[in-house]
Amino acid sequence: MGLNMGRIVLNRDRCKACYLCINACPKKILEPDSSVNELGYYPAKVKDEKECIGCAICARVCPDMAIEKVYK
Amino acid sequence: MEQLVYKKPDSIRDDFKITFCPGCDHGVAVRLVAEVLDELGVRENTIGIASVGCSVFSYDFFNIDIVEAAHGRSLAVATGVKRSKPDKVVFTYQGDGDLASIGIAETIHAMTRGEKVTAICINNTTYGMTGGQAGPTTLIGQVTTTTTKGRNPELSGFPLKISEILKEVDGTAYVARVTLDSPQAIMNAKRCIKKAFEAQLKGLGTGFVEILATCPTNWKMTPQEAHARVRGEMSEVFKPGVYKDKVSEVI
Amino acid sequence: MNNKDKKQLLKGNYAIAQAAIEAGCQSYFGYPITPQSEIGEYLSTKMPELNRAFVASESEVAAINMLLGAGATGVKAMTSSSSCAVSLMQEGLSFIAGDEIPCVLVSVMRAGPGLGYIYPSQGDYFQTTKGGGNGDYKIVTFAPASVQECVDLTYKSFYVSQKYRTPVCLLADGMLGQMMEPAVVGSYPYEEIDQSDWALDGAKGRAPRHIASIERDQETLRKRVEKLFEKYNRILENENIFEKYEIESAKLVITAFGSIARIAKAAVKKARKNGLKVGLFRPIMLNPFPEKIVAEIAQKVDCILDIELNCGQMLQDIKASIAGAANIPIKFYGRPAGVMMTVEEIYKQIENVYKEIVEKKYGTACI
Repeated sequence: MGLNMGRIVLNRDRCKACYLCINACPKKILEPDSSVNELGYYPAKVKDEKECIGCAICARVCPDMAIEKVYK
Repeated sequence: MEQLVYKKPDSIRDDFKITFCPGCDHGVAVRLVAEVLDELGVRENTIGIASVGCSVFSYDFFNIDIVEAAHGRSLAVATGVKRSKPDKVVFTYQGDGDLASIGIAETIHAMTRGEKVTAICINNTTYGMTGGQAGPTTLIGQVTTTTTKGRNPELSGFPLKISEILKEVDGTAYVARVTLDSPQAIMNAKRCIKKAFEAQLKGLGTGFVEILATCPTNWKMTPQEAHARVRGEMSEVFKPGVYKDKVSEVI
Repeated sequence: MNNKDKKQLLKGNYAIAQAAIEAGCQSYFGYPITPQSEIGEYLSTKMPELNRAFVASESEVAAINMLLGAGATGVKAMTSSSSCAVSLMQEGLSFIAGDEIPCVLVSVMRAGPGLGYIYPSQGDYFQTTKGGGNGDYKIVTFAPASVQECVDLTYKSFYVSQKYRTPVCLLADGMLGQMMEPAVVGSYPYEEIDQSDWALDGAKGRAPRHIASIERDQETLRKRVEKLFEKYNRILENENIFEKYEIESAKLVITAFGSIARIAKAAVKKARKNGLKVGLFRPIMLNPFPEKIVAEIAQKVDCILDIELNCGQMLQDIKASIAGAANIPIKFYGRPAGVMMTVEEIYKQIENVYKEIVEKKYGTACI
């Protein structure tokens, strides 16, 4: 774990699976989940939390405000 | 010690419900407006005008006082609010069908009076809420449910260039056209929205931002393809940029 | 003593404008149309002097929506217009009613349909009381018959609109708007109604407020509309005003509203002088319509003669009120806009109907 460690709080039940965050993430650490959420979508999930740099780009491109908090 | 670098803006309700389709840019636009209200510290002094179209459910996400307007009439309602309570921050959140088709008279006249309000317009080249019919901004050749062979200017005219028109209206103090197709574009859009509110706060006139936005559902595209369309053919016709900026002039 | 407390020779339109100022109208929006343009002209100077809002709107569509916005902030707000231009306001009126926003519309009727002309008319009784807007709602309506009533009912309109959070229409006509007669403007006679528990002023230290007619839940929507109609019932119960003249012993009662009712009253006086047992009922609140009172009157008389400057609009409400309550003939005398009726002309109608119905029943002994 380096100094740039970050963390996101992703509310999986708000995600509508547009995956704009997956595309935008500079570290490519987001991916579709394999189980559906309350809305019936396969939400985005963090596959490798250690790699998150807390840049918040995922939160800024998310149209559903499903990424509720970003820490750095 | 980790620091919070992003959170939902206070101007978005805690129990917010995003009513838009997956990947629709509306959600980002709404959040940017809310972030600007937060940053300007005006949330508790703001009255928003909800319009008709996909923006009709503004109550579901904005954490502010809101009054509804009939289709196209937002800037007339905004005029009534602002003239009655000049110390309030007043803004409209409208689609292009609302602002530039059925409401073009209310739009141009509110702006020619230089009403001290802010108008945010989502231009997605279609009537999204009703299922993707051709609207005032539909591109030539664009297939919609009412231009099934593509928009033919002989039959249904040309797309209306809203920002180009409104920059010529003397009462506008800030006019910009932005996109939301990349993180950089989103940051830029937020700066422009902030300027459009500053135009009002400084009493310079009407602030206006046209947001080129996606409608993946009606365009029948993935959100990613839809952003590519914004960058491509949409931006070719509707050139992004700052068309008028009296705000920077006074700073 | 201020001029406003003296009797002045006043034109109806100016009387309305001055009363709006006295009532504390904070915001006025309007577009010129004859025969009511003097209202906007007067207020265009007066409102800015008092630091109040005046906007010459780009259309009546805009004016009514500005009114919606102003009313949503809780201030007293007004627009004024006429006939073909009030048509343009129907969309906004439906929203305002659904939103429960207090505001006042002054409608000075001219002749229609379409552009018609600027002659006095009562052709917009339907437009006002039945509405062209969508959905279940009513526009509370008061109809003055004199310049003094233009003043008094402007005050009442503001009061009722604010007390019940509802749009109110002051329904005058070209004759009332244009004619001059002595009237006292005086001061706003009603208590101020606090609007701070619902009006929009920015969600400072409280939950946000939403003013909207949209309602996705069908049961909630049903209840909302039912609540509106409970409100209209309360308004009818508490705010109804009307004029009864020589009703008690009458065999024949004339029903009429607004300017025509005044002429009809003169004809009734003449009939009484000539021994005919005739009375007059003039509803001043036209909407909600005082059905019960009309039914009670009908139970005591032998005939109703409805007189209007149109082809029979309030007549429909008169008939609906009487249906099931009394089985009497309901006669109508009216004509579409143009020349005002004379006292003599109405008297002739009274005499004819009286002969046909009353004398037939009782013989000439009745006279």
